[in-house]
Order: sequence, then structure tokens, then C-alpha cells
Amino acid sequence: MAEGEWRNLGKNKYSIIVPTYNERLNIALIVYLIFKHLRGVDFEIIVVDDGSPDGTQDIVKQLQQVYGEDRVLLRARPRKLGLGTAYIHGLKHASGNFVVIMDADLSHHPKYLPSFIKKQLETGASIVTGTRYVKGGGVHGWNLMRKLTSRGANVLAQTFLWPGVSDLTGSFRLYKKSALEDIITSVVSKGYVFQMEMIVRASRKGYRIEEVPITFVDRVFGTSKLGGSEIVEYLKGLVYLLVTT
Amino acid sequence: MLTFGKLTYSQDKGAPFSPMKHIFKIISLLAAISAFWVGLLQASIIPRTHTWLLPIYLVVSLGCYGLLMVGVGLMQFPTCPQEAVLLQQDIAEAKGFLKDKGVDVGSD
Repeated sequence: MAEGEWRNLGKNKYSIIVPTYNERLNIALIVYLIFKHLRGVDFEIIVVDDGSPDGTQDIVKQLQQVYGEDRVLLRARPRKLGLGTAYIHGLKHASGNFVVIMDADLSHHPKYLPSFIKKQLETGASIVTGTRYVKGGGVHGWNLMRKLTSRGANVLAQTFLWPGVSDLTGSFRLYKKSALEDIITSVVSKGYVFQMEMIVRASRKGYRIEEVPITFVDRVFGTSKLGGSEIVEYLKGLVYLLVTT
Repeated sequence: MLTFGKLTYSQDKGAPFSPMKHIFKIISLLAAISAFWVGLLQASIIPRTHTWLLPIYLVVSLGCYGLLMVGVGLMQFPTCPQEAVLLQQDIAEAKGFLKDKGVDVGSD
């Protein structure tokens, strides 16, 4: 990104919350890539590790030696306590006025972070969400069944919820910290529906939401996360959002 | 008549209120359509046998629309095989750098 485009950054600080569980290699890679792509930006990385047995926390401590304890923060929890509360936990320790949420498994590439920041600076949006379903975005590593359920779920949600965003279940997002704090307290869903509930509630509350294209590389082949029970959970979530938002 | 959307929100004043649960928006939309349909039945502008069939046409066309959207979405599903290659390059680069810095990226 050109130097001049960062002029509007001002005193903004970005807290990047990355929940982990058994991601010892990926967390190292993602931290390197974040530092590579966010030169000249004031940011911190908050790793919320849920007691990984594979030594994820040891790697994070080594990364702190390289990058500094003020740039890479380890805020561990004793055991697996769920994604939603991981964000709340990370949020408590965030010192930035903006918060980025991303997955640690490298399906979210840090090279898109500048476009999130740029979009927010241009539009003043409260939320910038990454979308896989527009030009410039895309998915790699999904079979036909996975694509079909994804499209079906999206058409259902667009028809019944009118959410105003094209990718509801994506979880690569930039929030104004105040907006995230406001929204996350009213979200009750778990798992897949969590991201959808976040964005629908944000939309209902009138927060301005902008989108940027991202690509999504699913490296865990053969373990499609969408089985029959997930589809039932999704439909329940849809009905829940219909009657509560 | 049906003013949906973000008209009545004020985001600055603490917790904004939701004017209407979404399900009620959809119900009122359905009610409006039903009222229009009953009106058509009463007025008999078009033959009644046709008017009776209109809701069925509506449901069928909605279903077709849904299937069409899924089909089109599936055909135009954006994929990015080149990104997987680029990611492998980034991973190799990151591993090289981190290994030099003494971060244990060897195992796994």
C-alpha cells in the first residue's frame, strides 16, 4: 500500500484478536504475515489460547521475544470455552480503538488487513466485513456439496433476514471497538450461527457496515464442517434471528 | 406504507431500539399481499378462477427464484486456486524468517 494512503491513520490503534486451539505452527506464520503486511500501522496481536496441549503458548512466548511483548499479547484461558467468550476475553485486554477478528488457521490471510483499514478510513464504517462472494473474493478447497450448502444457506438468509451484507458467516472482520462491545453482549448463539447473529444484530442496530473482498483457502481438506446437524443448527439460528431481531 | 430499514435508529444514544422484530415485518408484508389479493377477489377485475390461483403462482415463483439463485450462485461460485499456491509461498517465507529468529517452527 502506498505511503500516502496511510495519512488518515492518525492515532488509530488496531487490536487483532486471534483465538487459538492447537495452532502452534499457524500462529507463528500468521504473526509473521501480520507484521509483514501492516508496516507503519499501530497494532497489537492478542492471542487468546484455550489451553492448547500442543505448545501453542510456548510458540507465542517465542514470538514475543522476536516482536515484543507489547505487540504480541498472550491472554490464555485454562480450557476450551467457546469462540464468543474468546472474543470477549480478548476485547477486555484490547487497547486499540479498532478491533480485528480473524481465524488462526490461515484461511484468513493477513494481506487483506490493509484493505479493511483503508475501507474503514474511506467510509467511516463501524464494521468492515470480509466477503468471499463478490468479485475479487473467492474460496479454495471446497467440494460441490460444501458450495451447495453455502449458497443455499446464503439465499435463505438473504430472503428472510435482509441483512444487507453478502457474506453472513464469514468471520474476518474489523470493528470499531465500541461497536463490538455493544453488539457482542447481546449475542447468544454458538458456533456457526454466532458470526451471522453478530452481523445481523449490528445491521439492525443501524451500524454502518462495509464489505471488502477476501479469499478463503480451506487447507483442511476432507473435513467438511457442514453435516446434517450443522444444517439443523443453522436453520434454528435463522428462525431465532427472525423472531428476536 | 411499509417503511423498513434504518430510518428510526439513532446509534449515538446508547442502546438503539429495534422498531419491529423482523418476523413482524415479514408478516405485515404477507398481510399486505393477502389484503391486495382479497381486494382482487372482491373487485372481480380479472376472472375469479384466475385470482384463486394467484397465491399458488406466487409460492411457485418464489421457490423457482430461490432455486435459480442457488443455481446461479453455484455456477458463478468464485474460486481462487492461485491463492493456495501463493499461500504456500508465504508459508515457506515465514518459516525461513522465523527459523532464523529462533522460533520453533520445525515440528508440526
